[in-house]
Parts: sequence; C-alpha cells; structure tokens
Amino acid sequence: MEFLAGKYDTAVIGAGHAGIEAALASARLGCSTVIFTITLDFVGNMPCNPSIGGTSKGHLVRETDALGGEMGKAADKTSIQTRMLNRGKGPAVHSLRAQIDRRRYSEYMKHCLEKQDGLDLKQAEITDIRKTENGWELVTKLDAVYEAKAVILATGTFLNGKVYVGDKCYPSGPDGIFPAVGLTDALLKLGLPLRRFKTGTPSRVNRRSIDFSELEIQNGDEKPVPFSFETDVPPENKAVCYISYTNEETKKVILENIDRSPLYGGKIEGVGPRYCPSIEDKIMRFGEKERHQLFIEPCGLDTEEMYLQGMSSSLPEDVQLKFLHTIKGLENVEVMRNAYAIEYDCVDPVAMKPTLEFKDIPYLYGAGQFNGSSGYEEAAAQGLIAGINAALKILGKEPLILDRASSYIGTLIDDLVTKGCNEPYRMMTSRSEYRLYLRQDNADIRLTETGHKIGLISDERFEKFKIKLGLIEKERKRIENTVIAPSEEINSVLVKNNTAPLTTGCKLAELIKRPQLCYEKLTEIDKTRPALSSDIFEQVETELKYEGYIKRQKSQIAEMRRLEVKLLPENIDYNDVIGLRLEASEKLMKIRPVNIGQASRISGVSPADISVLLIYLGKTNK
Amino acid sequence: MSVIAAISTPNAVGGIGVIRISGEGAIDIADRVFKSASGKRLSELKGYSALFGHVYDGDTLIDECVALVFRSPKSYTGEDVAELSCHGGAYVAKRVLRAVLSNGAEPAQAGEFTKRAFLNGKIDLAEAESVMNIISAHGRQALNAAAAVLDGKLSKRINNIADSLTNISAAIAVWTDDPDEDVPLAHEDNVRSVIASSLSELEKLIGDFDSGRAVTEGLETVICGRPNVGKSTLMNLLAGCDRSIVTEIAGTTRDIVEDTVILGDIVLRLADTAGIHKSDDTVEAIGIEKSLKRISSSQLVLAVFDGSQPLGDDDITLLEKCRGKRALAVINKSDLEMKIDINKIKEYIENTVRVSAASGEGLDEIKSVLENMLGTSDLDSSAGILSGERQYACCVSAVSSLKEAAEGLNAGITLDAVNAGIDYAIEKLLELTGKTARDAVVNEVFSKFCVGK
Repeated sequence: MEFLAGKYDTAVIGAGHAGIEAALASARLGCSTVIFTITLDFVGNMPCNPSIGGTSKGHLVRETDALGGEMGKAADKTSIQTRMLNRGKGPAVHSLRAQIDRRRYSEYMKHCLEKQDGLDLKQAEITDIRKTENGWELVTKLDAVYEAKAVILATGTFLNGKVYVGDKCYPSGPDGIFPAVGLTDALLKLGLPLRRFKTGTPSRVNRRSIDFSELEIQNGDEKPVPFSFETDVPPENKAVCYISYTNEETKKVILENIDRSPLYGGKIEGVGPRYCPSIEDKIMRFGEKERHQLFIEPCGLDTEEMYLQGMSSSLPEDVQLKFLHTIKGLENVEVMRNAYAIEYDCVDPVAMKPTLEFKDIPYLYGAGQFNGSSGYEEAAAQGLIAGINAALKILGKEPLILDRASSYIGTLIDDLVTKGCNEPYRMMTSRSEYRLYLRQDNADIRLTETGHKIGLISDERFEKFKIKLGLIEKERKRIENTVIAPSEEINSVLVKNNTAPLTTGCKLAELIKRPQLCYEKLTEIDKTRPALSSDIFEQVETELKYEGYIKRQKSQIAEMRRLEVKLLPENIDYNDVIGLRLEASEKLMKIRPVNIGQASRISGVSPADISVLLIYLGKTNK
Repeated sequence: MSVIAAISTPNAVGGIGVIRISGEGAIDIADRVFKSASGKRLSELKGYSALFGHVYDGDTLIDECVALVFRSPKSYTGEDVAELSCHGGAYVAKRVLRAVLSNGAEPAQAGEFTKRAFLNGKIDLAEAESVMNIISAHGRQALNAAAAVLDGKLSKRINNIADSLTNISAAIAVWTDDPDEDVPLAHEDNVRSVIASSLSELEKLIGDFDSGRAVTEGLETVICGRPNVGKSTLMNLLAGCDRSIVTEIAGTTRDIVEDTVILGDIVLRLADTAGIHKSDDTVEAIGIEKSLKRISSSQLVLAVFDGSQPLGDDDITLLEKCRGKRALAVINKSDLEMKIDINKIKEYIENTVRVSAASGEGLDEIKSVLENMLGTSDLDSSAGILSGERQYACCVSAVSSLKEAAEGLNAGITLDAVNAGIDYAIEKLLELTGKTARDAVVNEVFSKFCVGK
C-alpha cells in the first residue's frame, strides 16, 4: 500500500555522475533534495574505464569545477595516475586525464552526498512518476511515495537495461546491478520520446595473470596537475598503465566467429556509438589496419583487476577468451569480468530546452546518458546544469543557459537539444568551433564568475580567483612594457633557439610571442620576472602566442552572440509565420529554439528563413 | 552589420546598371573601386551627393560611373550606402559588383537590403509581411539555384577541395582526440602539402572561374574552319541572334577591339583579327593557317565544318589542333545531305552541333550545348548568378584563410591553431551546401579513422 514517505523540492533519479552533480547543485542552492539509487554501494560507479578526463572531456571536468561541480575534486582525491595529454601539440588541445581508483571514487561521492546539508540519499528503485497539481509524485518499488516540485531523470544505462554477450542476453544494469524496469512505462505515459541506445565495455582481468615483461609502460606526468581549481595539493602518481596490441591472429579469431556477435547477428536493435567501437567493429570496419592498440589500466590500488581499454566486445565468452589469449602479455590472462554490450532506454534530447527541462513538461529535467550522451564527464556536466536549473526555477530565478561560445558544456548541450543525436554523443574537440578560446587552462576564467553568481562558488574562492586575474593582467602589462636591449647574452639565447638575434630593443612580449621561444627559454634574460605560479605564466603566454587566432574567434563569438540575444517566444506557431518554408516551419515547431542563434543552427533552416524570423520578431516586438 | 552589395537594377539590358553597397564602411569600399574625375573621395561627401568618375578593378578600368553617397540613417536601408551607376548591361554591372566584392563587401542575401531597411525602421510595419514574402520567394529561388549550381562542374571542383581539407582536418582532430594514436595524415608535411595543393586548386578556380567568367567577363573565342564552310555566316548569326548584341568595349588593357556577343548568359568575346566584319571576302580569305594560331591562345574554339562534304586534310589539321581544347564542332549546312563523318570528328571534339547558318536552324542548340560545356546552364536565373558570385566570394575567403594557415604552419604555430584556418576554409567552401564544417569533420573522423577506446 502506498504511503507518503517524504516531501522535497527536487528529486533526482539515479546517483551516477549526472545524478550526483544534479543533486549536489540543487541542495547547495538551497532546495531540499532527495536522490535515489538502486544500490548505495555503487554511487558514482565507473562501469567502464577507470579514468576521468581525456581530450575534450578534461575540458568538461574543469568547466564543471569552475561552475561549482564536484567531479574535479573527487577525481583529484582519488586519482592514481595523472597525465596532461597532448603536451607539445598546442595549448588548445592540452587535456588532463587521470586514472581513478574506482572504489575510492565511489566512496568519496557517496560520502559527499551523505554529508551535504539539505540532501537525502536513498536506496530505492523508482518505478512510477506521476504529475500532480502541485508537482510530482515518485513511487518506489515498495510503494513509498515521495513528493517533489522538480524531477531530474538521470537513469544512465539502467533504464530497461539489457546485457548482451554472444547469443545470451538478460535484463541487467551495468556491473551486474539490477536494471530499472518500471519507470519506462511512466515516462512513455508522460509522452517522452524514448528510444534505445547501446554501449559496451571490455573485460577486466587479473593483474597476476598478465606477463608485463614485454609490454610498454605508460607513466604519469612528472609534475601532476589537478583538475579542480580548488585543489591545492596536486595528486600523486601511484600506478602505471601498459600498452599492447592486437595482431593478425586476434583478427583471425574474431573474423572466424563474427556471426556469433549479437550485433552482426542482428539481435541488438540499439544504436551504438561510432567512436567507441567494439574490437569486432574495428576489425570489420577497418580491416586494413594491421593492429589495434590496447591499454591495460589498473582499476584501483586495492585490487588486482585491470581494465583492457580498446577491447570492448559483445562476442560470446569463449571467443573473448580466445582472442584475448592471442595478445602479447595476455597469453595466459585470467578474465574476472567478461566484456558485454548493454542496451538501454534514453530520450531524444531535442525534446528538451537548453536548460535541460522538457519543453512540454515543466519541472521535468533529464541529464547524462538518459539524454543520449556517453561518458562520465558529459553526464556530470549535464547533471550540474539540470540541477542548477531545477533549483533556479524552484527559487523563481532566471535559468542558466551556457552558449556555445562560453564552454564545451554549452556546446554539448546545444548540440544535443538543437541537432539531437542518433548515437550516444561524445564530446570531441572538433565539435567546438571556438576551441582555441575554450581551453581547459582558462575554464576558470571563463566560468568562475557565472558559478559565483549562481551561488555555487564561494566568496572566498571568487576572491582568490580575482587575485589570479589581477596577477595575469599585471604580468601581461609587465612584459608589454619591458624592453630588452640587444646584447651578446640575449642574442646567444636567441640564436641557440633558432630565432633572429636583436639589433634594436624589443618588447619582452614580442620575444615570448615568437614560436621558437617561451617563458621557460627566456628565464635567464628576463631579469625582472616576478615569482608567480606557473599557471599565471601559462595563461599570459598562451593568450599572447595565439593572440591573432583568439582575437578572430572572439569576433566570431561576438557575431554569434548578436543572434543569441534575439529571443524567440516559446509559443510561436511557426506554421503561422508568413514566408517560412514548410521544411523550416516543421523543424522549428519540433525544436522550438530559444533564440535566433539556435534556430540558425537547425539543419533545414536557411538564411532566408532566419531573415523571415528576424522580421517576424521585429514586427511582434513593436 | 557587414557590408553587403548587389546589383539592384533588374538583370536585363537597360540604360543603366546600379550596384548598391550598404553597411558600415560601404563608402570606404566604394572609394576603393571608384576614382572621381575631380580627385575627390566619396568618403569626403555629405549624404545625398554624387561624383562622376570611373570604376576600376585593381588597375583595370571597367566603366564610367556616377557614384551616389547616402549617409545613415538617410538611405534606403538606413545604413551608409553607396550606389555606383554604370552603363547598362549585365556584363558591366557584374564586373563592377565583382570588384566591389573583392574589396571587402559580401554578396547580399536574397531580400537583404529590404530586410535591413525594415530592421532599421525604414519600412512601415504594414509592409513587413510583404517583405517576408519577398525574402521567402527569393530565398526559395536562391536555394533552387544554389542546388542546381551545386550539381555543376564548378561545384564538383569546390567539393573536391572541401573534401580533401575535411579529410586533413579530421586527421588533425584524431591527432588531437586520440593522443596515443599515430596519425600519419596529420604530420606537418602532409598538412602543408594538402594546404598547398588546395590553395593552388582554388587559385586556379578563381583564375578561370569558368561559368562565372563566361557570365561576367566573356570567353576569348575563335571561330575557325577552312574557307567556305560558313564561318562568317555563323558569326553573323551569333551576332544577330540576341537583342543585346555586340557592345563595343574598347579594351583598355590591350589595344585590339573586341566584339562581345551575348548568348543567353554566356558572353563570347570574338577577337576581331584581320577585320572579321570588313567583308565576306576577307573573312573567307582568312586562311586556316591564321586561325590555327589563334586557337592556342583562345578559351573556346568554335570549329566549323561543311556537313555536306567529307572531311578534308585541312579539317583534320584543325581537329588535331582542337584536341584537348574547350571546343565545339559546328557542322554547318544541315539543310543539305550529310556526307561528313561525325564519328571521326567526335574522336577529337566531344561536343558537336548541326546547324544551318543560312537559315538559322540549330542556333538554340549551340546555346544550350555551350551552356552545358561551360557549366552555365544552371545560371539562368538572377539567383543562380548570385550563387555563382557567392561561390566566387567563398573561394576568395577560403584562399585567404588557407594562406594564413600555411603561414602559421611555416612560422611554427601548432596544428591546433593551423586547423582553425583550415576549418574556416571548409566552412566557406561548404557555405552553399548548408553543411557545416564541424559536422563534416566529425563525420569524416568516424568514417575514415578507427578511433575510440
């Protein structure tokens, strides 16, 4: 029999990476919040790779941190190896990646939720949600009823989850956890456009069974840097990763057994991501490639489990074993968990606004894999935005919409809600047209003020941030105003670095700007250099070296924002707008963009249609 | 708001052609192509005033011109506006527009002047709906025309360049996003060579912008054939075919006089060697020797044959010379019994057309075959021509962006920044297709590279 178990402002369904950020943001903004998880022992679980960050995902983590999210801090506290990827490839593509002790991470996050004022963490499966006059009712499997003003769906891969291994398949969430089975019907009843996506994960194997003697070692950085702008003590490297490769024999085993794959056998209907292909996918689609790289990553310090990045598969277990044994170092490997594919229900994200609230269902939000994305970082970023917006709405405040030019987060959400996705969406640097400006090193400069304004960044941190800005500005002025006179000492440094010697005085800034030079190489001749932390110099140098490019991107941004501020009322009937082409009005009716900028990014909406809209707006505003 | 320009008189032959330039900086752009007779600059003028002078494309004189200046907000669009009034005729107006565009203006979108006029409060509210309809109609036409143009030969070339740039940009994306993967395509030398070859392709394209040129500047055309095949009759036929025939333009860069024949959208510049017009006798007297010399320097050859006679040695010599040239075989005297071996001709010249120069039969076919050959067949509406101009402008921006990328690469700038220039070039080249560089690159990453964990 149903009973009323509690009343909250916000209820979050799912305590994965999206749900955690959503619940924390909502509670920290002063809304009483409850978060539900199927099992308390897997809060913030990493059912796939034991790592956080990486190219473009590292950007998301830092942006999440600058807005007051938790992921960066948790990763810093629980990382066991850190690498800044792409050093030497240009600052715009530097990306931080950390191997994480996945059990420690889960503990950290669970404890963090437990400690948070105004937040209750509960183990319960929500099987029904109902719209009521004052908000929502959420019903657990045991008939407990919770009332909430806003609901955030963050069901990940649990919603109607189904695991595939060869010809076997069974209902399951990831890592052998129960799936969420009742909720789908309730969501369909609400009219949400649900569909099925698929993803997969490789085997975990026992470290003792690996022969490391001939494998390449991948070490962490000598000087690890943290994700969070609040972390003072940088993380330490405590573990290493290894690299091996598939070979002709691996390929042979897979090709011989390809008809036993549920995907190639036609059993899986869900759409899998192109960027995270199973090993059989890689071999079928890129047959000409001699070998594929795989990374052997530790799952934690207190476990012998190792993750085999690159070897995701849904082939039967015997085939998995057979192909693993063809790989150097894995000849005698003992598998602890086999690889599998998982299929789950998710929503077509064009049904949402850029606030991640459903257009037709006020006070209902979605975040993470439920929205069609993939990846812990993408999930966390959306969870944060959904949580913030649910709270702001409850508090009667203006919503937070990050535009494409502000962040990777804004780009991610704009892509999802404007273009939708027909496979799990992963962040990539090439998805951002402003990537020379949207760097991981300046995530705080771009977003801390926003985080502070919302109320998730403390005054103390904001003051510290303003001091940093001041130091950057001061240092920039110093090198602009310091003139270096030609001398033997200076010219020998310049010649040593293959750049033209000075004949007349030259601004220090001009020297740093030369591609062959940098702060570090000019240490001896820069006599007045103050003692500042390296991130200050890094910031000044990057902005200087890429000045021309950044300036151009900023002017493109200004151009884009002119359209972004022209808001389109929610209730426009585009069928009534004279002059719109049929295709355009259909697309506009479906997406219902919030502004002209978003409208212009919808495929099928032409510049002429945008002109028509501008005039329509001009007409109605008068 | 950017500066936009377009021909604002109808695309037909008239007494006068007006090129309107609007936006902040419009008058400065006009100053770059217009030199007044008095030496005064347009930017010195108050609104509602005019100067007489000449329009230049670089150092090349295009035409006499009266330039009018309107100052914001007292203009049609409410912005600073310059209007260049030249002699009528599509040819001159388009050349002036081209000059204006290459000096920094962008081709106006369909209905854009009117749109700006509305947004700047120059048009009454009651007119808004009709404006929306106008824009929509223009837009539809422009879309159709753009789609048609996109099927053309020119577009295929543009697409090929965009494809190879997209491929390299995707390689750089993989190089970025998969740090442990070696991506040979993204090695600097390869990036440099792809940029260089795209640049040379684009520059070639801009240089001989086939259809654009046939439309706006005219093709150097030579009519040749042995005596008595009907060259002069054909010449007269072509010249007499169009109401807008033969504007005499005194060449300013060269000292020979050219006759310009406008055939639909195609402008043929028939070089007046030894006086094609002097008399039939003289024309017939131009020996095949003389014609052959002109063939190599021409952009289009109209090779005329007498269909009522078998091919002779002179004909074969002419055919040999036409191999590999852009040529059309005109088989004359279709009213008589055909004795010529057309298949033999086709071995040398792909396009053939049968006419009777005397009766005028077959003239339309010459026109349509030429349009197909030159890729102008889809440029038959004003919107189509606009698309052509737009493609041209896009190519020009792509070139400057690629040049910057190449310079950056040589100066030691890292690939992430170089790639911004490549992406911008792709964006420009894809502009007419409605695709965006981001989507194209992301798709390329997935289809051509084995990426991911």
